[in-house]
Amino acid sequence: MPYIANTAEQQEQMLRQIGRSMSELFADIPENLRCKDLDIPPGLTEQEVCSRLAGLAARNKPDMISFLGGGFYDHFIPAAVDAIISRSEFYTAYTPYQPEMSQGVLQAIYEYQSAICRLTEMEAANASLYDGGTALYEAISMALRITGRRRVIVDDSVSPIYRTMIRSYTGNLGIELVETQSRAGLSDRDEIRKHLNDQTAAVAVQNPSFFGCLDDASDIAEMAHKLGALMIVSSYPISLGLAKTPGAMGADIVVGEGQSLGMPVNFGGPYLGFMATRMQHVRKMPGRVAGRTVDGHGRQGFVLTLQAREQHIRREKATSNICTNEGLCALTSLVYLSLLGKQGLMDLARNCAEKASYAGRRLLKIRDVRMRFPKQYFFNEFVLELPVSADRVIRRLLEKGFAAGFPLVRYYPQMEKSLLVAVTEKRTKQEIDLFAHVLEVSI
Amino acid sequence: MKIIFEKSVAGRRGVRPPRQEGCPDPNLPVRLLRENPAELPELSELDVVRHFTELSRRNFGVDNGFYPLGSCTMKYNPKMAERVANLHGFSGLHPLLPQLPTGETLVQGALAVLYHMDHLLREICGMAAFTLQPLAGAHGELTGVMIIAAYHKHKGNRKTTLLIPDSAHGTNPASAAIAGYQVRVIPSDSNGYMDVAALEAALDGSIAGLMLTNPNTVGLFDPNIKRISELVHGVDGLMYYDGANLNPLLGKCRPGDMGFDIVHLNLHKTFATPHGGGGPGAGPVGVCERLTEFLPVSLVEERPDGTFYLNYDRPKSIGYIAPFYGNFGIILRAYAYILALGKEGLIRVAENATLNANYIMEKLKPYFDLPFDRVCKHECVFSAKRQTEHGVHAIDIAKALIDRGFHPPTMYFPMTVPEALMIEPTETESKETLDAFCDAMIEIAKLAKDDPQKITSCPTTTLVGRLDEVRAARQLDLASLK
Amino acid sequence: MIPQDYKYLKSHEWAKIDGDVATVGITDFAVGQLGDIVFLELPKVGAKVNKDSAMCVIESVKAAVDINAPVSGEVMEVNTPLTQDFETLGKDPYGQGWMVKIKIRDAKELSSLLGAAEYKKVTEEEPKH
Repeated sequence: MPYIANTAEQQEQMLRQIGRSMSELFADIPENLRCKDLDIPPGLTEQEVCSRLAGLAARNKPDMISFLGGGFYDHFIPAAVDAIISRSEFYTAYTPYQPEMSQGVLQAIYEYQSAICRLTEMEAANASLYDGGTALYEAISMALRITGRRRVIVDDSVSPIYRTMIRSYTGNLGIELVETQSRAGLSDRDEIRKHLNDQTAAVAVQNPSFFGCLDDASDIAEMAHKLGALMIVSSYPISLGLAKTPGAMGADIVVGEGQSLGMPVNFGGPYLGFMATRMQHVRKMPGRVAGRTVDGHGRQGFVLTLQAREQHIRREKATSNICTNEGLCALTSLVYLSLLGKQGLMDLARNCAEKASYAGRRLLKIRDVRMRFPKQYFFNEFVLELPVSADRVIRRLLEKGFAAGFPLVRYYPQMEKSLLVAVTEKRTKQEIDLFAHVLEVSI
Repeated sequence: MKIIFEKSVAGRRGVRPPRQEGCPDPNLPVRLLRENPAELPELSELDVVRHFTELSRRNFGVDNGFYPLGSCTMKYNPKMAERVANLHGFSGLHPLLPQLPTGETLVQGALAVLYHMDHLLREICGMAAFTLQPLAGAHGELTGVMIIAAYHKHKGNRKTTLLIPDSAHGTNPASAAIAGYQVRVIPSDSNGYMDVAALEAALDGSIAGLMLTNPNTVGLFDPNIKRISELVHGVDGLMYYDGANLNPLLGKCRPGDMGFDIVHLNLHKTFATPHGGGGPGAGPVGVCERLTEFLPVSLVEERPDGTFYLNYDRPKSIGYIAPFYGNFGIILRAYAYILALGKEGLIRVAENATLNANYIMEKLKPYFDLPFDRVCKHECVFSAKRQTEHGVHAIDIAKALIDRGFHPPTMYFPMTVPEALMIEPTETESKETLDAFCDAMIEIAKLAKDDPQKITSCPTTTLVGRLDEVRAARQLDLASLK
Repeated sequence: MIPQDYKYLKSHEWAKIDGDVATVGITDFAVGQLGDIVFLELPKVGAKVNKDSAMCVIESVKAAVDINAPVSGEVMEVNTPLTQDFETLGKDPYGQGWMVKIKIRDAKELSSLLGAAEYKKVTEEEPKH
C-alpha cells in the first residue's frame, strides 16, 4: 500500500506482541456503526495520479494575457522563493511547539513580523492569518474587544469580497455594521462623519481602494481617534513600496492580503492574511506571535509568546479561535521581500505604477473610453468607463486570449460599464499596446 | 545566528524587478507617498539563500524524523502531491476568472477537482454535501457552528448553548464563543468517555448542539456515540464532529453513520497535506441532507452536459466565509492523496495508524502510567505522574526525546490527564522507528528514576537550550524595528 | 496567611471593606497557581464593574485569568505601579499587592461573599497545578 512501511509480516509480529488481531483492534466500534462498503475507486500509481491531474490542469486556461486583479495579483515569483520554501525542514514541520527544535521557523516568523512592521510602519505584527478577508474580520473583532463598543464603519471602497465575508461573520453577533457609500473611488469623509459616534469601535478603509485609487486617510484616522474609535486600514503590500504607509496615516490596526508577496494566484488559496498593530494593543491581537528571548546560557532564541490569550489555554475566552495560521505563506513573503530588498521593492512598485499609468493613457485614446474616477491617482489598477457593457467586452476579449479585467457590476449594480483593470510588472509594453488595440476593435 | 536584517549591506541587491520600458512617471503627489523606504534587508540572492538554508537546518519536520505529536497526525507528506499542486494549470489560475462572463470555461479542470473532492469526502464521511472553503480546521469549526446557528434561526429555535466535553480541543469552545454561543462543559467519566448521565442532565431546550471528537482526545472510540446522538437530537440539538481524529476511522466507521450532522476535516492531518510549519491547512465541512441549504456560497455543481459551474444562488446560505473556493492548493494535494490510496489504501491507513499506536502503548505500558488501559485508536495518552515523584515532568521527558532525535509527543493535553504525553505515531512510520522511539522512552523512564538530573537538564544537543518564556512575555521583543 | 477580616470570592479575589469602599486583590493561592506573572491589565478609573463579572485580566506564561469584581460599583482608584512590579504581588498580595478600589453600589451584595474559613476550604478542595 502506498506510504505504509510495515510489511504484512511486521504487522503480524506487532499484533502478536499486542496480543490481539486487527479486527480486535476495531472491536470497540459497535457492529451497527461499522462501515459496510466504501464507494471509493481503487488506488492509482503515482504515475497515474500525476497524469490524471495533468489532464485536469490542461482543461484550465491560466495563460491569458491578464489584466485581472481585484485584490489578487499576478506578480513574478523569483526562482529562489520556490527553492527555499521547498525545503521540507520548513514545510513538513508543525507549529513550533518545541522551540529548541523549531528555531528555524520561529526566527523566520520573527523576521516576518519585523518585515511586516517595516513595510506598514507599525510596531507589532502577528505570525499571519488565513487571508486578507478573515484578517479584516479579525481586525474588526479586535477593535470591538479593545473599545468595548458595538458599531463598525466599513467604507464600500473596501473589497466587496471582504465585506460579504464580514457580513456573514458578524450577522449573529449583534454588531452594528455600517457600510458607507464611497465617493469618486475613495472613502467619503462626510458619510463616515455622519455615522461616526462615541459608540463606534472602528472605521475600516482600504488603500489603494478596491477601485485602485490611492488615498491619504490621515484625516479619517484623526476623525476616528477624536471619538475614541480605532482606524483599520486594509493594504496591498506591493503598493507600500511607494504609497504612504498606514502607520504614517495613524492606523491602529493594519491588515491585508499578502498573496502578492511571492505566492501564485492559486485559484483562491492558500493566501496570507497579515496583521500589524500598535504595541499598546498587542495583547488584544489574535493569532500566534513569536518573540525574541534568551536561553539559560544567554544565547538568543525565539519562542511563541503571548500564548495565554490563545484558544488552547483560554478556550471560550480566547481572543480568537485561530490555531493553524499560514506559516509557509508567511515564510514565502519574507523570502520574497528579502530577495527584492529595500531598493527592489521600491523599483517593483514604481514599475507597476508606471506600467499602469501607461496603460491608462493608452486606453484613454480609445474613442468613448474614459476613466471612471478621473480626479484620483491610482497605483496599478484603475476603473475604465466603457461605452458598452463591460461584460460584453470581457467576453469578446476572452475569445482573443485576454482577461481584460473585472466587471464591477458584479458587486456594484450601477457600474454596468465599468471595467477594473490591473497591471503588474509581468505585462510588457507590447502586451499593453496589443490589449488596447484588441479592446478598441471589440467595443 | 544573526537575524536577516542584521546581515544587510547598504547598496547590495538581490533579485531585480524588470527594467523600465519607457513608461511615463505617474507623477504621484508627495502626500500619497511614503516618506522613507521600507527598511528591508539589502542582500545578494546567495546571502538570502544561505540565510534560509541555515534556518531550515535549525528546524525539524516529518522528513527529518519521527514526529509523534498527538492529535496533529504528522504523517508523511507524499512528494507527488507537491508536484501536482505546482502544476501551472492550477497554480496560475486567477480566482476571479470564473466570475467573468463565460469564465467558467477557463477553469473546468479546477472545478472538476472541487466537485470530485466534495463527492469523495461525502462517501468517506457519510455526509450529504461538503463545502471546501474553510481555510483551516478552526475555520471549519467556525463555519460549522455558523451553520448550527443558521439552522436554529431558520426553525425559529431559541438556542443559546453548545455542549463541549472537558477533553475537547481549545478551538471548540473558542469557535463556539466567536459564533455567539455560550459553552457548557460536559465531564468525562472514569473510563475516559463522555459522561452520558451528565450529558442527559445538561440537555434542555437551550442546547443548540454538541461538539465532539471521536475517537476522543485520549484516543478512545466512544461506544455510546449512537445514544449520545439520539439524546442531543431529542432536544433538536445538532451533532458536530471535530474531524481532528478521523485517521483511524477511514473506511471503518463514518461520522454520518454515528449520527453527526456536521463534520469538519483537517486535510493537513488525515489527508497528508504538509503542515507548513503551522499552515496553510484546509478544513472542509460536510453536512447532512437537512443542512445542505445553509452551506456557504458558492458550491460547485455539474450540468447535464458534464460541465461544472459555481452556484451562487443559495438564499439560505450562511454567506461567504472565504474569499473564494478554499485553500485550493491544499485541496489539490489531498485529492491526489485520496486518488493514490483508493478504497483499500484508506482502510490500511486506519488499520496501521491504530496498530502503530497500540504497539507503542503496549511497549511503554510498563514504564509510564496509562490512565485508560484499553485498545486505543490512532493515539495513546500516557501520564508522567510516576516520573514526577523523581522531579521529572512531561516537559522534561519531551526535552530528553529531543536530545535523542525525536520530536516529542503533545504534552499537557488533554487537560483531563495530568502530565499528559499524547503519542500519535501515524500509519506511515515503520516498526523500526517505533522500536527506536520506545527504546528512547524506556531509557528516559529508567534515567528519570535513577538519575533524574540527566533528564531535567535536557536538551543539551540543540543550538539553544530551554528558552526563557517569562522574559519573552514580560519584555516583549516581537519585531526588529530598525 | 489568609486575612481573617477580608471577604473572598471562589474565583480567588479578596475584598477589604472600609465603609462603602472595597479594596480588591487576588489571594496568595491564586498568585501561586498562576506561576510567573507576565502581565496585569487594570480597569480604568471610573469604569462600572459588576459583581462576579470580569473587570480585568492577569496573565502568566501558562494562563490568562479574568479577575472578577467581588462587588458591583465604580472603580475609584487602581494600583498602577503593580503593573510594572509583579514581585510585590508575590510578596504582599493582601497589602501592597492590592489592585482596585471600588465604590460599593449595593452593600447587600457583601453578604454573599465568603469568609476566610469558607475560602480556605475552597483552596483545599481545588486541585493544585
